Amino acid sequence: MSNPATAPLLRVENLNKSYGKGVGSRHRVQILRDVSFELRRGQTLGLVGESGSGKSTTAACVMGLTGVDSGLIEFDGVNLTALSKPEMRRMRKRIQMVFQDPNGSLDPRFTVADLVEEPLIIHGVTDAAERARRVAQVLDRVGITVKQAQRFPFAFSGGQRQRIAIARALVLNPDLVVLDEPVSALDVSIQAQVLNLLSDLQDELGLTYLFIVHDLAVARLMSHNIAVMNAGRIVEAGTSADVFDNTSHPYTRALLDAVPGARRRAASLAAAAPALATEGK
Amino acid sequence: MSHTNALSFPPPSPSTGTAPGVSQDRSQDRGVVLQVKGLVTDFNTASGTVHAVRDVSFDLHKRQRMAIVGESGSGKSALAMSLVGLVPQPGRVTGGSVKLNGTEMVGLDDAGISRIRGKDIGLVFQDPMAALDPLKTIGSQFVETIRVHQDVSVKAARKMACDLLGEVGVTDAKRRIADYPHQYSGGMRQRVLIAMAIANDPSVVIADEPTTALDVTTQAQVLDLLAKICDERGNALVMITHNLGIVEELCDSVNVMYAGRFVESTSARALFESPAHPYSKALLNCVIDPATTKRGALPAIPGSPPDLSIDEPGCPFAARCPIGRDEPRCATERPESRALASGAVVRCHFASDIPGDEA
Repeated sequence: MSNPATAPLLRVENLNKSYGKGVGSRHRVQILRDVSFELRRGQTLGLVGESGSGKSTTAACVMGLTGVDSGLIEFDGVNLTALSKPEMRRMRKRIQMVFQDPNGSLDPRFTVADLVEEPLIIHGVTDAAERARRVAQVLDRVGITVKQAQRFPFAFSGGQRQRIAIARALVLNPDLVVLDEPVSALDVSIQAQVLNLLSDLQDELGLTYLFIVHDLAVARLMSHNIAVMNAGRIVEAGTSADVFDNTSHPYTRALLDAVPGARRRAASLAAAAPALATEGK
Repeated sequence: MSHTNALSFPPPSPSTGTAPGVSQDRSQDRGVVLQVKGLVTDFNTASGTVHAVRDVSFDLHKRQRMAIVGESGSGKSALAMSLVGLVPQPGRVTGGSVKLNGTEMVGLDDAGISRIRGKDIGLVFQDPMAALDPLKTIGSQFVETIRVHQDVSVKAARKMACDLLGEVGVTDAKRRIADYPHQYSGGMRQRVLIAMAIANDPSVVIADEPTTALDVTTQAQVLDLLAKICDERGNALVMITHNLGIVEELCDSVNVMYAGRFVESTSARALFESPAHPYSKALLNCVIDPATTKRGALPAIPGSPPDLSIDEPGCPFAARCPIGRDEPRCATERPESRALASGAVVRCHFASDIPGDEA
């Protein structure tokens, strides 16, 4: 914090989060257990794990979309958990999110131009000409023409819709972008286009990404650092190369071995991670 | 219109040896269980007719595991639905033939096809929650599945269901058979569907993206289970997927589908070692290899798949193809399927199985 050049942009420390099970129930389910990580400016942290491991809840906490039980979320030196709602809303201008399903995140009744303009209106950019300029600029950057932007989301392919969702996140010039499975709904040939775009944008704009992803190959390719989550805990963390080449945790090993094509018959998954075989508890 | 692109199994090889990628034990038994010829499926929509499946032909042999790979919109799911008479409105099979153990299925009425579906063909869908009735216990759905096709008592059917659930790895099946679908995890639900699919001992199991909704570790378990079940029971498998890793791991032969047609039909090993069609090559290129792929420089296929309501004269991949982009022939003349020396059957004017020999 004292030295902004080396201080992380995002620092999460001992984050705990539980949800009540049923209305008024005293029984609570612990979702996150002492989650801690740091994310430096201009870098990507890949958060990998299976469904139910707590990746998306971690993102929701960082976005201020849900409260936390305890712990610290420090963004650019400010503790987000201590902010009031209006303060958090102002802060959210600098923290934007791209969701997995662009069909769900883009209102079908808005034109693309309106969709991308909406965040500017919400965050008080009153000059219409200024808004139009910024919308045109960011759409151009993701490869959508101004003429196309007069159409509605249904007129676009899945890959184009995800570009529009990215434009919508970037129009406010955020520092941190939380990417929640941004390509897992896309075909392989289109995934590559969107991943390349995200890499280029990061390099050009100095963006910082918290990248939630279950595809390990994508995680490795895109991330400087990796944190592997299992049952609400970070079980392994390190640089991309460290985590994938010198895997130390059996859960990470099990994940890597389970990738079809990459895994070998000889490696028995059940033996590597007995906890995973007992489902439907 | 060519109806001669049936993929023979193993693919014909000039050197009479067994085809690569086909394990010996499974290629011994060569009777054809499912024969598809010139299948055409159209969807009549307000904005025109969408030709989802266009002249698809193949032979599926006993014990064969065949993959159909393609991206969304390639027609692979419409093909799967066409095989079992489940094409949703406003779609219709408008041409061709689907013969299961010699019985023609195209043109059968609902009653006729219902006697076959679930009995001689088992189905496993992508989303097990949608395939199961949330208001009925697993047991009652399972018993119904069995008793529709087999003349057994409820008690006997329940016993069969229990045994099958045990076989697919549902622990404590006797108790869990009384549970409702929501009480099962995603992976367990998919195991239940597999058990139901094989309940009446079908000769063919069709699995449409069976693991897409599952986590990678669960996916691995379900794929292992499918392979084990098919090996033990001798069913042929049609695996519909977009995941090339699954093809490599599970399948003997593969058909690459693009814009409603099979553009390359070959053995799984041949596809990975020497893909012939430019689209197959591009698709394989998109698979991220951590050792060589560089951040920001992922090979992507430019453009997007064609609109299936337009039947253009040329090759549908031409606009995205490194060869076809500049070849006038690709824009004007549709490639018919032809066999290469390797045995692969491709729809491309320029594909060759000699690397680097493309025009």
